[in-house]
Amino acid sequence: MTGQLTEPALTPTDPRRLPRLVLAGRDITVATAFVALIALLVVVAALTADTFLTPTNLTNLLKQMVTTGLLSFGMLVVILTGGIDLSVGSIVAFSGIVTAGLVSGLPIPVAMAVGVVSGIGFGLVNGALIARFELAPFVVTLAALTTIRGLAFVYSEVPIAPEDPGFFTLGSATLGPVPVSTLIMLAVFAVGGVFLTRTPPGRSIVAIGGNAETVRLAGINVRRHVVLAYTISGACAGLAGVVLASRVGIAQPSVGVAFELDAIAACVIGGASLAGGRGSVRATFGGVLVLVLINNLLNLYGVQSFWQQVLKGLIIIAVILVQRTNRVRS
Amino acid sequence: MTLELRGVRKDYGGVEVLHGVDLVGRPGEVLAVVGANGAGKSTLIKILSGAQPMSAGEMRLNGEAVELRTPHDAHARGIRTVYQELSIVPGLSVTENLLMGSFPKRRGLIDWTAAHARAKELLDGIGFGAIDPRSLAGRLSVARQQMVEIAKALVAEPRVLVLDEPSAVLAGSDLESLFALVRRLRERGVLVIYVSHRLAEVMELATTIVVVKDGRVIATTEPSRTSESELIGLMAGRRLEQIYPDRRADPGEVRLSVHGLTRRGEFEDVSFALRAGEIVGLFGLVGSGRSELARCVFGAEPATSGQVKIAGGDVRFRAPSDAIAAGLALVTEDRKRTGLVGGMSVLDNIGLTTMYGMRRGPLIDAARRRERVGEMIERLSIQPEHCASMRVVNLSGGNQQKAVLAKWLLAEPRVLILDEPTRGVDMSTRIAIYRMIDDLARGGLAVLLISSDLTEVLGATDRILVMNQGRVTGELRSDRTTEDEILAHAIGQAA
Repeated sequence: MTGQLTEPALTPTDPRRLPRLVLAGRDITVATAFVALIALLVVVAALTADTFLTPTNLTNLLKQMVTTGLLSFGMLVVILTGGIDLSVGSIVAFSGIVTAGLVSGLPIPVAMAVGVVSGIGFGLVNGALIARFELAPFVVTLAALTTIRGLAFVYSEVPIAPEDPGFFTLGSATLGPVPVSTLIMLAVFAVGGVFLTRTPPGRSIVAIGGNAETVRLAGINVRRHVVLAYTISGACAGLAGVVLASRVGIAQPSVGVAFELDAIAACVIGGASLAGGRGSVRATFGGVLVLVLINNLLNLYGVQSFWQQVLKGLIIIAVILVQRTNRVRS
Repeated sequence: MTLELRGVRKDYGGVEVLHGVDLVGRPGEVLAVVGANGAGKSTLIKILSGAQPMSAGEMRLNGEAVELRTPHDAHARGIRTVYQELSIVPGLSVTENLLMGSFPKRRGLIDWTAAHARAKELLDGIGFGAIDPRSLAGRLSVARQQMVEIAKALVAEPRVLVLDEPSAVLAGSDLESLFALVRRLRERGVLVIYVSHRLAEVMELATTIVVVKDGRVIATTEPSRTSESELIGLMAGRRLEQIYPDRRADPGEVRLSVHGLTRRGEFEDVSFALRAGEIVGLFGLVGSGRSELARCVFGAEPATSGQVKIAGGDVRFRAPSDAIAAGLALVTEDRKRTGLVGGMSVLDNIGLTTMYGMRRGPLIDAARRRERVGEMIERLSIQPEHCASMRVVNLSGGNQQKAVLAKWLLAEPRVLILDEPTRGVDMSTRIAIYRMIDDLARGGLAVLLISSDLTEVLGATDRILVMNQGRVTGELRSDRTTEDEILAHAIGQAA
């Protein structure tokens, strides 16, 4: 008996509640609704937009989800600790422009590695400030957002377009019909899923978001794991920046504004709690799919971009409401 | 006001937890509700307080059928509930917490002088005059915060007052103030519904005792017609001859010794030694520094001065991980805040301390972990049996406590520090915990049992250290001392 004060639990007869689906003892109502939503989006798209199922559009779709996907995984890791990383959009710009700038003087893989490492560096600094000085993640990464954006412009005020065709390979190469960059993102999700569910640091990160003091008293170095989480997010953003610059063929210091919001949205659509401790890699990937499909669909319909933003916001609210009313309360 | 429950049922998502509860409370009565964890007491409280609607049955107040849909409905009917969990706002003063929403005003602004005076009057009126209304609520000790919580419920002069484990954090004079208050409310004709694990105080305060078990009222009695041991038997559903195992300690070598340990503002110049095979009690009232001492010994907080020695050698624990590596384990007093990760599974929680040690390559050795955790679940008979993948918050309080114990036992400690391991835990789990501690000590473990429960320190230990205001004021042998002697040391009045 916990005697905990909770708002009245919803009873199964609540009209707002979806009929419950249980598979092997697990409530899969939300998961099913989620898959159904994605399937619905695909079917609607296929039926209403002639161009949706064309190879060009599908390849585009796969490429478009890479940036949001990479950022969302990193964001999920940070959100699981109970934090937030607002700096990822700026890191995308910085790593992209630095990579593009270095391509003329360095071998391409090295230049790209520098881009990723810059992301890791920013993540480390974010994490260190948050963990060591117990600063609020929101404030630290907000400061990082503007600082790193500024640094990107300091590096180059104008876009840099490398001429070496090797620069485009990462973003444009395909393996069969699938873009290599998409495979890289999928690999990040696959490895990330194993990391978060089956390794000690991954479990520690989830546990810290649930109850950091319990974790500390269990002999686990909380600070180190918090730093690790922001470093992972920084690395993902660094990689996303390199891939994006390579795909577009040009690096702009102004790219990536508000990307962090899409990443946060994907996590939240996937049911992650911003208070930490709850979130799933699979569902976050689902969140990425939902966002990217909506974007793509609205583009195909030729919906004005401002209306796209409005619709996206409304859809996020709708998805979260469905989850909220269906979360099993104990 | 007479309160009647008739055939009250409650189910959560199809699982019925109350199966038709009948209850009658009359003005001036102290109706004690006792029962093991999971018996349905919390649900009953939630129904009385309007926090949860009942699924079937009815509630009558002075014979009139009422329906409480929200806590507000309950308030409007004169029913107030004080929960175990504190709901005061720590950043506001006591006055603000008490008078929120009904401040005395002058020319449209809050009249602070009048407000503080009114708060002082309220506190004095219920015998809580020791609390300064101007202090920040969050700065008060947990005991005093609990008292503010009770005072807050009394501002509206309720006719029915529901107290959920009100004494869990109280001791000494604070506890006496609470008892005096309950008696005074009785005289004023208030119906007090008192839920508590502490049977001794139930026997002292109650006019009627209702025993709840498995969602039913299984007995209604009076203190003069029953005994503590009968109540325990009723709650546990079996006869229990003895709560505490026979202790015959045969202490071995010194496992842990503490020399002149000081942490400024919390405790000073504390020295003691723990030997293998011995259970040492550490008794102190709230604010005596007992928990702070434990946390410091464990490396969770740095010491100002003094030494901790393990097997004779000096050690310096910079973090709990150092202490764990040296063979220490600390079961903290507040399992919700410092013992468990509520949103994670039982498996994750029990495996938390040993996770890094159970690796295969970069991954957790899932098979081995599942097996070791399974063994622990069985050894401590954590219920339900197949709970490894359940979220730990879905276990009952007693089983949650066992899960915390399991987590630490899995680390195979040589010194086990237990801070209030039986708080908010039902009697049968309590007995299981005493047996377990006894077994562990027989197996050579050194145990420090911190407790504010006099019967417990007397019954379950070999030796007792008593703390008062951050200092160890007495060391007593459990078989040669009395509750009075311990208490005298604890309040600094020993001869």
